[in-house]
Amino acid sequence: MAELVKLNIDGIDVQIEKGQSILDAAKKVNIRIPTLCHHEDLCVAGNCRVCVVEQEGRNTLTPSCATPAEEGMVIKTSTPKVRRARKDLMALLVSEHNTQCTTCYRSTNCELQDLAAEYNVDNNIYLSVLKEDLEIDKSSWSIEKDDSKCIRCQRCVRTCAELQHVNALAVTERGRDMKISTFMHLPMNEIVCTNCGQCITHCPTGALTERRYYDEIWEAIDDPEKHVVINTAPSVRVALGEMLGFPVGTRVTGKMVTALKKMGFDSVLDTDFSADLTIIEEANELLQRLKDALVHKKDVALPMITSCSPGWVKFIEHMYPEHLAHLSSCKSPQQMFGALTKTYYAEKKGIDPSKIISVAGMPCAAKKYEANRPEMRDSGYHDVDAGLTTREIGHMIKQSGINFLELEDSNFDSIMGESSGAGVIFGATGGVMEAALRTAYFVITGRPVPFDNLNITPVRGLKGIKETSVKFENCLPEYSFLEGVEAKFAIAHGLINARQIMDQIVAGESPYHFIEIMACPGGCIGGGGQPIPTNDEIRKKRIKAIYDEDMNKPIRMSHENPEIIKIYEDFLQKPLGEKSHHLLHTKYRKRKRY
Amino acid sequence: MSNNKLRKVDVIFSPYSVAPYEILKNTMRRPKDEVVQELIDSGLRGRGGAGFPTGLKWKFAKQQQSDQKYVICNADEGEPGTFKDRKLLVEVPRKVISGMAICAWVIGATKGYIYLRREYRYLIQDIEKELDLYHKHAAEIGLDFKIEIFLGAGAYVCGEETALIESMEGKRGEPRNKPPYPIQSGYLGKPTVVNNVETFASATMVCRIGANEYKKFGTDDQHGSKLFSISGDSPKEGVHELELGMSLEDFANEFGDGDTKAVQVGGVAGFCIPRKKFKTTIIGEGNTTGGSTMIFNSTRSMYNVLHNYLDFFSEESCGQCTPCRIGTQQLLKGIEAVKSGKKPPEYLDQLVKLSETMRLTSKCGLGQSVTNSFSSIVKNFREEMIY
Ligand SMILES: Cc1cc2nc3c(=O)[nH]c(=O)nc-3n(C[C@H](O)[C@H](O)[C@H](O)COP(=O)(O)O)c2cc1C
Ligand code: SF4
Ligand code: SF4
Ligand code: SF4
Ligand code: SF4
Ligand code: FES
Repeated sequence: MAELVKLNIDGIDVQIEKGQSILDAAKKVNIRIPTLCHHEDLCVAGNCRVCVVEQEGRNTLTPSCATPAEEGMVIKTSTPKVRRARKDLMALLVSEHNTQCTTCYRSTNCELQDLAAEYNVDNNIYLSVLKEDLEIDKSSWSIEKDDSKCIRCQRCVRTCAELQHVNALAVTERGRDMKISTFMHLPMNEIVCTNCGQCITHCPTGALTERRYYDEIWEAIDDPEKHVVINTAPSVRVALGEMLGFPVGTRVTGKMVTALKKMGFDSVLDTDFSADLTIIEEANELLQRLKDALVHKKDVALPMITSCSPGWVKFIEHMYPEHLAHLSSCKSPQQMFGALTKTYYAEKKGIDPSKIISVAGMPCAAKKYEANRPEMRDSGYHDVDAGLTTREIGHMIKQSGINFLELEDSNFDSIMGESSGAGVIFGATGGVMEAALRTAYFVITGRPVPFDNLNITPVRGLKGIKETSVKFENCLPEYSFLEGVEAKFAIAHGLINARQIMDQIVAGESPYHFIEIMACPGGCIGGGGQPIPTNDEIRKKRIKAIYDEDMNKPIRMSHENPEIIKIYEDFLQKPLGEKSHHLLHTKYRKRKRY
Repeated sequence: MSNNKLRKVDVIFSPYSVAPYEILKNTMRRPKDEVVQELIDSGLRGRGGAGFPTGLKWKFAKQQQSDQKYVICNADEGEPGTFKDRKLLVEVPRKVISGMAICAWVIGATKGYIYLRREYRYLIQDIEKELDLYHKHAAEIGLDFKIEIFLGAGAYVCGEETALIESMEGKRGEPRNKPPYPIQSGYLGKPTVVNNVETFASATMVCRIGANEYKKFGTDDQHGSKLFSISGDSPKEGVHELELGMSLEDFANEFGDGDTKAVQVGGVAGFCIPRKKFKTTIIGEGNTTGGSTMIFNSTRSMYNVLHNYLDFFSEESCGQCTPCRIGTQQLLKGIEAVKSGKKPPEYLDQLVKLSETMRLTSKCGLGQSVTNSFSSIVKNFREEMIY
């Protein structure tokens, strides 16, 4: 067991593992110390200084987040000296800040605002030192960067470096000119940024936000000429409630559908449907590659890697442009959905596709950018007209005056509203792998995957890189080439872990056949478009909700989804067929590393 | 307690009566603990500004268990008006290098660096020649300690020991949180002694003449001698080695131009002392001794002096922490506003309080010490701030 130290905080004795901070120790005994630069996901910065406390024997104040608890320490967290200092620090931050809470997107969900209010900061103590010539960078499809609301806590910088290993953001200049910037101060759309949005969910203020599109959507809804379709991703339903009064981890699927219908969407559909479809296409692509490798001895790229996370896709395009062949050619569920909305759906419903506005409700910031990739126009139109984050949807529901807490449930519309549990678990890290294995194993052997209740537990959980293997035995004749093969799988989430996987591939040492990679820690449930805050405790609750949703579904394997069976009968004909190729698969491009 | 005598001495710059590598060799014949104790007894404090007892620092570093330790000579000397460290590196480099080597031998380090101010890069060739010589000697006496030069990043704040280490590690020169201190976890996470150039040279001399002899310089409180970079309204600008413990009165009489109104002791991070307190002020007691000693005569506007300091701080702060980044700007804007009448004179009191918050909450010595010059100037020259 780790060594324990004992200290005293506000008169209470606390025992805690050596190496933990004073802040951790205070939390343990329910003493709240305010913080701004601190975030559970990130390394210590200790730069905002609002967490200062008095430490006996020191004549300066001690930053509790950055100071390890030590044996015998005597700490006071709320003395007049401490309060005065914190209030002064808050007044300083406000003096540098473009305080626009009445119009700010993060208002009521802003750590700076909360603390300024808590300390009742008088805005007029100090002169304004807000920089005057600051422009909001709206160049990116996904991210808006407003330096006038930045408190220089460097949470974004640490996020982009430690969680994502992209290093798109950096601290530049010194002293009064110190700021968060990009390589050569280039606009956000010209740098290596993957649009993952993790910096947004880790930003305490409104300095980093997603580019919002809901005004355009409201307009489309109001336009009687337009048929507005929304599909919502699995992770939205397990997180949206957090913004609307429900405890973390509550499933609000039915209420969400009701709300969206009330708001005036003409059709509310389920991205899980196209997640199921992705599984069919992707599993078949994998089997094809395995067959090419094992039977035809062709030089195909293995391991194959999932491609449903657009932040991850942009990451590999920038960082490993020579290895794009490993990516599955499958579009993400969002983009499959979009392409089908303006073809299959339009055809079945008898609606002119040019009148359809297809909206994607996503836990993700990168999906906005993905929707605008020039490749994504295979339907002949903009396959997806706009991507909304979970947060934007939450805002829209509030704007419509709906009493979400009291709402009755309804079901998704059809067509493209039916899904299996496999489609649902796409939202959690390991979910795509599990869904793919449920189907692939069945296709290969004609039997369900040999795990209790189809729950492939080794691929679940928050470990950065997970591995599993499955041995195929008694294969169906068509797949006899896999007889006795032990296939190896890996799952990575958070781009820093993706990098490890890729470096292994580059070195020619990857033992895997198939890899799932999600850009965001925890997978989509921890996406850059999800409610703020997100941390491991919250991720775990959202993940649990996802697996509960899966268990509650009558159908748990993608290939059993009747709507999937039907779309192949009526429209696509067969997996990897010509129509699929045209609508559901895509190509990638090499990008530069900077 | 003052000896009230201003003695110019010649310990540090004394000629090599015993060649410095002889000092190293002789020192290495003694038990390590005895050498550390000698340094502790000598009362030698760091000459880089913070004034931490050098012997203790080495003792703590010696106690650390680690496969690797480092010794770094801080030659960043970024403060305007100071050039004593350069002078040492040019005139008595062997004393500095010996000091590093003794430290390395004591604490068990095999690798050392001289972190050289970027502007001093023209010295590299000469220093390298000296290092070659040293490495030869080291080989002869069987000391496994190599020294390299590391060129500084060019920012004042990189002189702060943890920012210096960050910059050596290829990162942005931002000070770290302390603890852990460099002696616990420094360069590449290993125990590291960072000392000023002058501290190493002085340590060599302590080993040469012994603590007792060294302690004969100075007072009960302040031992030894120290280099002063004297600038401002002085006919004797330049580097002078003086015995510690002199009163400011004697100092001003010796180095002032007869019209001295105030002296800034301890550089920009130090205090500004007005004439009426010269008699009761002992240099080095309760005030820092780093940086340059600036002499101001009656023609100087203390508002301008303070303005310059604040301008310097608000530019040279690394900018990472709230109190220092914004506080320095507020102080600067604030005195401008009082001067122009936009804010009432009482606003100065608010600003003094702010500088106290900065002292209490800033991450490193830069932000913590702004209050020294700020409140001493504002309190002693309030009129000049307003009119
Ligand atoms: C902003 C700032 C700048 C500093 N610059 C220097 C410097 O240029 N040279 C130096 O020796 N110490 C400098 N220091 C002090 C170092 O942090 C450190 O205390 C010193 O190198 C320790 O050596 P010493 O114990 O021999 O003084 C600076 C400190 C601060 C806060
Ligand atoms: S970032 Fe926070 S404090 Fe600033 S304007 Fe927005 S809500 Fe207000
Ligand atoms: S969106 Fe992701 S990649 Fe882009 S700057 Fe933010 S954290 Fe970095
Ligand atoms: S953009 Fe946000 S996270 Fe980044 S430094 Fe500014 S306030 Fe902090
Ligand atoms: S006190 Fe100033 S120089 Fe030191 S860490 Fe803070 S901002 Fe940087
Ligand atoms: S939360 Fe501790 S310094 Fe910012």
